[in-house]
Amino acid sequence: MRAPVTDLPLVFEQANVIAGGVTILDHVSLTLSAGPPTVLIGPNGAGKTTLLRVAMGLTPLSSGRITWNGQERSGSGSDSASKARRAIVFQRPAMLRRSAAANIDYALAGVSAPRAQRIDELLALVGLSGLGSRPARRLSGGEQQRLALARALARDPAILFLDEPTASLDPAATKAIEDIVRAVAARGVKVVMSTHDLGQAKRLAGDVVLLHRGRLAEHGPTPAFFDTPRSDEARQFIAGELLV
Amino acid sequence: MAGETSAFQLVLAGDPGLYAIVWLSLVVSLSAVACAALIGVPFGAWLALTRFPGREGIIVVLNALMGLPPVVAGLAIYLLLSRSGPLGSFGLLFTPQAMVIAQTLLVTPIIAALARQTVEDLWAEYRDELAALDVRPFRRVATLVWDARFSLVTALLAGFGRAAAEVGAIIIVGGNIDGFTRTMTTAIALETSKGDLPLAIGLGMVLMAIVIAINALAWGARRAGEHYAG
Repeated sequence: MRAPVTDLPLVFEQANVIAGGVTILDHVSLTLSAGPPTVLIGPNGAGKTTLLRVAMGLTPLSSGRITWNGQERSGSGSDSASKARRAIVFQRPAMLRRSAAANIDYALAGVSAPRAQRIDELLALVGLSGLGSRPARRLSGGEQQRLALARALARDPAILFLDEPTASLDPAATKAIEDIVRAVAARGVKVVMSTHDLGQAKRLAGDVVLLHRGRLAEHGPTPAFFDTPRSDEARQFIAGELLV
Repeated sequence: MAGETSAFQLVLAGDPGLYAIVWLSLVVSLSAVACAALIGVPFGAWLALTRFPGREGIIVVLNALMGLPPVVAGLAIYLLLSRSGPLGSFGLLFTPQAMVIAQTLLVTPIIAALARQTVEDLWAEYRDELAALDVRPFRRVATLVWDARFSLVTALLAGFGRAAAEVGAIIIVGGNIDGFTRTMTTAIALETSKGDLPLAIGLGMVLMAIVIAINALAWGARRAGEHYAG
């Protein structure tokens, strides 16, 4: 079990992102606390990916602010100690042109712990033991996604953001990813992930955030979100109606 | 056919004059490619990763310089190295070193422009990942150049092809001096004008064989590298 998460709660206060005259995040106020995974749902263009990128410091806010355990952090170079405690796996992670093990080793640069042992542990965690020497780009889509998870976990993050980690994966590969998410969350890592899969949200989430057109439509504990949704958007989305 | 037969005989007989020309040609062209790579790859990578006013103009000029006429490059280096030129005191004109400098001038834009495009394409793919891993700028450049190494081999080959094939620049700054600055291309031009076709054909065959062999080696190395590194 890792040390208690000290960067949480992660608080978005009136977070606003406008790019090219288009509002992508519209004054989102949201608090993410330590505990089970938080799952972001919503249709395409709802702002899920942007919210994760903003949290990682990859996309700047147009206005509003983000605080980590009450402290505002830029996510820029001066904030690298804090940034090292966050990690993200993109929907289509880029595999470096080297072996699977070397991809993890790349993320471990600067880590003082014995790297070979850590690489073996991470490969085992994501079920890729024995594939360490294989070129990362020759792995299957599901294996690449798991390798990206291992790489993101290499520096022992306190908070892990996953952007639709099971998009376009088959059920077996999806289950493998979900098992890893549970294992990571059980170690005390706060997982914040986006998905289009409502079943996955039910299986994994401690709380669910629904975004629609860049706005926060609803946020609540998983049972309450699905059983007694408060917003029209949530009711429509859960009922399988097209939320446009 | 008699010309081709004599040419084969020259090549197979290991004519020392012919092999001295071949050796000098290789030394000059490979040295120029090495110098151009040392300048062009970092410059191309830097251009790929930085944004500043005038960058687009530099890219346009760089791309245009890929077609720099060898005689213009030769003339420019001649003016620099001639006795009355700014670098005349070094006494480099009509030496192999001058030929290397001229070919470096020709090859550097090719390698830099292709490196810029290669690194920029890879950067588009890696940008978010490296930013998320909080990779510092110097390591970013090193990572991109290393991961683009197999594509950069193609840029080096294009540069070598340019250097090995050109005659205009080295004949101006080298002078085509027998036994000192005579290369395959300058010798082919000279022997053809003299009507000594067997030697010209023999040199042409050797030149083609070298270019094909180096390309085949590089292609094999690239395939092997991609197989093991992905």
